Amino acid sequence: MQITLNVWRQAGPRALGRFERYTAKDVSPHMSFLEMLDVVNEELIEAGKDPIAFEHDCREGICGSCGMVINGVPHGPKPAITVCQLHMRSFNDGDEVWIEPWRAKAFPVIRDLVIDRSALDRIIEAGGYISVRSGSAPDANAIAVPKSIADTSMDAAACIGCGACVAACPNASAMLFTAAKVAHLSKLPQGQPERQQRVLNMVEQMESESFGYCTNHGACQTACPKEISIDFIAYLNRELLTATLLG
Amino acid sequence: MEFNSRVPSGPIENRWENHRFEMKLVNPANKRKYDIIVVGSGLAGASAAATLGELGYNVKCFCFQDSARRAHSIAAQGGINAAKNYQNDGDSIYRLFYDTIKGGDFRSRESNVYRLAEISLNIIDQCVAQGVPFAREYGGLLANRSFGGAQVSRTFYARGQTGQQLLLGAYQALQRQVAAGRVEMFTRTEMLDLVIVDGHARGMVVRDLVTGEIHSVAAHALVLATGGYSNVFFLSTNAKGCNVTATWRAHKRGAAFANPCFTQIHPTCIPQAGEYQSKLTLMSESLRNDGRIWVPKKAGDSRRPKDIPEEDRDYYLERIYPSFGNLTPRDVASRRAKEAVDAGRGVGENRGGVCLDFRDAIQRLGQSVITERYGNLFDMYQQITGENPYEIPMRIYPAPHYTMGGLWVDYNLMSTIPGLHVIGEANFSDHGANRLGASALMQGLADGYFILPYTIADYLARTEETAVDTDHPAFKRTEQEVRERVQRLLNVNGTRSVDSFHRKLGELLWNQCGMARDASGLQDALAKIPEMREEFWNDLLVSGAGKEFNQELEKAGRVADFFEFAELMCRDALDREESCGGHFRVEHQTEEGEAKRDDENFAHVSAWEFTGVGHEPVLHKKPLEFEYVNLTQRSYK
Amino acid sequence: MGRILRLYRSSVGKKAVMGVTGLLLFGFVVVHLAGNLKVYLGPASFNSYAEFLREVGAPVFGHSEILWIGRSVLLVALVLHVAAAIQLWLMARAARPVNYRRPVHLEDTYASRTMRWGGAIIFAFVLYHLMHLTWGNAHPAFVPGDPYHNLVRGFQSLGASAAYIVAMIVVGFHIYHGVWSSLQTLGVNQENHERWRRLSAFIAAAIVIGNISIPVAVLTGIVQ
Repeated sequence: MQITLNVWRQAGPRALGRFERYTAKDVSPHMSFLEMLDVVNEELIEAGKDPIAFEHDCREGICGSCGMVINGVPHGPKPAITVCQLHMRSFNDGDEVWIEPWRAKAFPVIRDLVIDRSALDRIIEAGGYISVRSGSAPDANAIAVPKSIADTSMDAAACIGCGACVAACPNASAMLFTAAKVAHLSKLPQGQPERQQRVLNMVEQMESESFGYCTNHGACQTACPKEISIDFIAYLNRELLTATLLG
Repeated sequence: MEFNSRVPSGPIENRWENHRFEMKLVNPANKRKYDIIVVGSGLAGASAAATLGELGYNVKCFCFQDSARRAHSIAAQGGINAAKNYQNDGDSIYRLFYDTIKGGDFRSRESNVYRLAEISLNIIDQCVAQGVPFAREYGGLLANRSFGGAQVSRTFYARGQTGQQLLLGAYQALQRQVAAGRVEMFTRTEMLDLVIVDGHARGMVVRDLVTGEIHSVAAHALVLATGGYSNVFFLSTNAKGCNVTATWRAHKRGAAFANPCFTQIHPTCIPQAGEYQSKLTLMSESLRNDGRIWVPKKAGDSRRPKDIPEEDRDYYLERIYPSFGNLTPRDVASRRAKEAVDAGRGVGENRGGVCLDFRDAIQRLGQSVITERYGNLFDMYQQITGENPYEIPMRIYPAPHYTMGGLWVDYNLMSTIPGLHVIGEANFSDHGANRLGASALMQGLADGYFILPYTIADYLARTEETAVDTDHPAFKRTEQEVRERVQRLLNVNGTRSVDSFHRKLGELLWNQCGMARDASGLQDALAKIPEMREEFWNDLLVSGAGKEFNQELEKAGRVADFFEFAELMCRDALDREESCGGHFRVEHQTEEGEAKRDDENFAHVSAWEFTGVGHEPVLHKKPLEFEYVNLTQRSYK
Repeated sequence: MGRILRLYRSSVGKKAVMGVTGLLLFGFVVVHLAGNLKVYLGPASFNSYAEFLREVGAPVFGHSEILWIGRSVLLVALVLHVAAAIQLWLMARAARPVNYRRPVHLEDTYASRTMRWGGAIIFAFVLYHLMHLTWGNAHPAFVPGDPYHNLVRGFQSLGASAAYIVAMIVVGFHIYHGVWSSLQTLGVNQENHERWRRLSAFIAAAIVIGNISIPVAVLTGIVQ
């Protein structure tokens, strides 16, 4: 197959970006999308040009490094996967593809498709944890956790921190990311002591990072490679309202 | 080179406790006077940095990824072992200890392994308290499963994402210390060299991957938690960024490298689909519980696997190992798959895989049961290959996965360089010649949460406190060397990309130092590697500049180190004239084709001392003593 | 009060204010519809209902007092609703300074995308509606104290009826996303938000149909 690529190239955070056009020739349908970019990059390098910078690491959909907007959709056209899991058989010969970085004020571009997502780390820093001193924990079975709660908590904990929710949100909001962590920890009995402070601090940090707000569109859950539900956003809202008004 | 293993004596069950008592402590008020560098933020690194920060040390933690949460521990699927005996099925610390020694084919230290089994209990407690959402039973207690052929159910798991959940637990603990100001986190920063002052590790030189700035960091002690080197094979299940650079640079500065030839090949990965392939994807080993492995009886059978009738199929594992069948250990299953493929009996693209067939299981249990058990794995397989495994047999092939070798450490996890500690997969560790399934996560967290935080204090307390800063000439010298090296990579200005070299190196190693090794192949590799390295340094093309975000330059530095490291790996494999665990020397096998150990001559750790690139390294044999476990030949017939 | 101010500082708090005020306004729309439907019972019933609104609360409250209290509450709600909407809109605009080449709408509905413009249109409609049937300055033959006449006479104009019908459709969309979204924002849906979404779609449709039926009935001569 042959694919025409229009890739966002941007030399640095303050540089002006633009789309550049490349042709990926002899694309095999078995290639992953990133492998297709690898091949394009090899050609660019051998032609003495700068390869397209993009973030990736595990290439099996769990590390959360990769992410680009393909034809307007974060992680590309297939649901419930990251871009490293997207294969070229999802495209047709002759397709034209537009590739852009996550776009949000909170995620400045470092180069081309690589962005700075440290804002998400700072949200976790603000309270996305349960304070346990190493070695001071009681026996693991001393705390019984109903299976349904453990399962819901795991649903929320599946977040890989890729930022696709922010990228997909019309308001560039990080509510799904924040809500998933709040729900993961606050639904568990172990998370109760810090429950109110956690949600207050995490939301406060989220807002200070120039993310937008949630308008309940649900684009985030559609873009989420781990299919995390916006039910957790409702949960976060209630937690925050309770903590602020009654806490 | 001085080796002091510091292994305590006495009854094995008291050794760690006694040792902890004998070790010196750092006064709580003094802890804040010590700076500690932790390189790597995976299970080992994050848990160590968080714990050290909590204890009051000044910690600086480094990772090359954009966030500490992305380290490759995150990709571990199966689970984590612990001798909790919650299932009341006869597990105990001693049994986990015994299984680990035996699984490692008797090439690990008894004392270390016993300590690991002991600490496994605390790890689960710690992780549950942190909010790791382990699988639970309806009564609310923790669920367990049996994993990798173990006869007890001691594996704790969080769906197929156990590594992710454990890492997030450690990462969150780490971020908590970052917020508390106890840990300073440096993401997108790569360690490029170690700095030694008066014989002690006192700092390192790093490159800021965003700006390209090279600078030094000083500390009273360093901890390397930088993972394994499976990516020397280019194609492996490791993340693309995994590399040997940190441990290799430490080796070049005087840290002995132990058992580099001990690599683990995982039997159930998706085979390579083409030349452009960038990595291999692991499919959980649990698939072997219900899938049957076979190849066509006839070499070159060009029928589609689905159309090959029963009588023309060879269920070779069931045939050779009637009692273990498809559940033979990783190394055995891998080797047998290679044999079949080498004999031209493979299936699929380039006949490069063997069938893992669920036809019978679907008939026996119904499709819905199979979906319930393996649905997500089947989806993942279909996503990658475009084939529906409910209808067409899956194709699998072994792939490099984990490395048991690593920097030599003593019982305190300190390398041969005073002050330089090595934890997790980066050290030569507790897994001997072969690691059991679900034990990697256990070791990483044991080292990070519960061992290193004690043992590093002993080093600090015993060492005269000297203020070091980066103005010391040793720092300036090392910094200069790093700058020159980076510049050298940029200056080659040849014609080929980094990946093209890495692929070639990987191919050579996979064929000649992979699943099966023999003297002539290893000698050939040892002759070729220096030539390839030469070519690399003459024809490499790195675009861009040094003082900017430059992914090609990052890769080039890592591959340059792989080229040096590869030679040591082959040399170790050549020297170890026996087969054990993941190291299979064709010359040393039983009549049935099984690995044949030579306990008389090789019951030792091979610790290598660096003497210069292209120079013969010096081998130090550190004998292994077995007081509790009898050395037996593994048999899975 | 301090807690509410603190809440309002966060975007979730502003959204909660929008949610609560939105639900209040929604409640008004429901009651308003119930009143409107009395038009089918004839002039006497309709006009006495209008009179009741002025006399409700007597003798404790004087003439129109309750009505004015109600109006004040609605006005405050409206001001808060609009103020929060504008603040949040500015925040969202700042959050994505460079937009995608061609943004794709994932999952979001026409209703969710048109909340801001829809809100503006409804605001304009409310002004027109007041001028038309309350103050009468946009009415061709306004008779104070005879709302039935005003309504029937007003809707006999095709233009006015069309404006009402269009506005009701906009209100329907706003209510559909608004009601569901308020429940989400106030954390009422804990799981299965789809159920709440379907419920609010049903309510919105009922309100639109109920309200639109009146101008249609006037135009077709069912109500005279």
